[in-house]
Amino acid sequence: MSKSFSRRKLLTAGLTTAAGASGLVVAARLGERYGLIPPDHQGIYGLGETLTYASQRLLTAHHSMAREFNPSEISKVIPVNGEAPESELYEKLQAQNFSEWRLRVDGLVARPSMFSLTQLKSFPPRSQITHQACEEGWSFIAEWTGVPLGYLLDVVGVLPQARYVVFFPFDTVWDSLDLDEALHPQTLLAYAMNGQELPAPHGAPLRLRVPRQLGYKSVKYLSRIAVTDSLKKVGNGLGSVSPDLGYSWYAGI
Amino acid sequence: MAESAYLGQLAIQSSEIQVRHSRTVRLTHWITAFSFFALLVSGIAILLAHPRLYWGETGAVGTPAIIDLPLPFVLTGQSGWGRSLHFLSAWVCVITGLVYVFSGFFMRHFQANLSFPRDRDSEVSNRYNVLQRVSYVLVIFGFFPLMISTGLAMSPAVTSVFPDLVTLLGGQQSARTVHFFAGSALLLFLIGHVAMVYRAGFRSRLLPMITGCAIAGDEGA
Repeated sequence: MSKSFSRRKLLTAGLTTAAGASGLVVAARLGERYGLIPPDHQGIYGLGETLTYASQRLLTAHHSMAREFNPSEISKVIPVNGEAPESELYEKLQAQNFSEWRLRVDGLVARPSMFSLTQLKSFPPRSQITHQACEEGWSFIAEWTGVPLGYLLDVVGVLPQARYVVFFPFDTVWDSLDLDEALHPQTLLAYAMNGQELPAPHGAPLRLRVPRQLGYKSVKYLSRIAVTDSLKKVGNGLGSVSPDLGYSWYAGI
Repeated sequence: MAESAYLGQLAIQSSEIQVRHSRTVRLTHWITAFSFFALLVSGIAILLAHPRLYWGETGAVGTPAIIDLPLPFVLTGQSGWGRSLHFLSAWVCVITGLVYVFSGFFMRHFQANLSFPRDRDSEVSNRYNVLQRVSYVLVIFGFFPLMISTGLAMSPAVTSVFPDLVTLLGGQQSARTVHFFAGSALLLFLIGHVAMVYRAGFRSRLLPMITGCAIAGDEGA
């Protein structure tokens, strides 16, 4: 191997490394600025999560709509995952048919508020027949009726620095959405399913429906919604209980 | 002469030994091999959470399955790491595949090795037989693109932008089923591919895919 050949090789390798490293720094800065980095971006799997989240966020940037179906396509079999919350408060509220239940909305909002089920039902409703897939592999189609989350967020007035919306249920399965998904017209706070009051196993009295992501993002048994500028301050700092259980925060798949 | 091939990289400088596989082909071959293995293992981990296959948009326990695989339902969270590894290796596999396909057209790799010339005595037909060329072309331009499109057809975010991806297949569960069978076909190809390499001689076939050099005087298949 000649001297000049090895020197050129070294120079090329050095330049490539420098370009690669600065490229990564620029990508990370841009990603952070445009909200393309998921909260669970750490580790080797975090690289895959980040690539998927960033590319799907760019792809769906203009509020692309999840597919909607005809009433004849509604599934006859609708399985249930998980169990009702083991909470005395929840059981008490359920026994009163949720008449005393309130949804608390706070955090980075102009008017922190409490909403009763009757108040939520007085807002302009939206009904949609959408497909929901469980991460396990099974799926079903159902009709959901509720308030678009974006409408409720307008009512309470989201502050300019807000970036995420966090959902706290009566059980431990909390989660969050970025503001883009939260303001999507199909992201619902559903109180009815297939024309009936939301059945208890499906998350009564109120659940989230996020038709552009897997089923586990659709938090059941809602109790509180909080708007925040950073998920680092909430719980495990990873935006959801899912990363603790080995699942990703973003589930657009 | 055969001894020099054992020296691997040193042999690359000898003009007497022909280069059998280009550097791009070798590199993309092995990255694809590793990512395919990771996709296979993680794919099985995901499948085991619900080893039943359906046709149409929906399917669940309590609805008719088109295939009930004789496998246990594993609901202990194995699909969590399964999905993370699946998507990480899918990114690696897709990017590698794009590099391979574009460089393959650019560097005339496909024209030289995998085309179907009319002239039976041409150089091309000496290297791989028709069955081999048909299977390589099917895998590269048929099954891999099918795996990618059926994988994306299961994503509610992607189908919100490209609904035809899933509706043309007949639904999300159909996409899952086709993904399973296309993956099984790729696994069969892999078994056949490794068996052929074994039959032709591991050393004479594996070394060129690592070092790039064929053992002199060793031609064909």
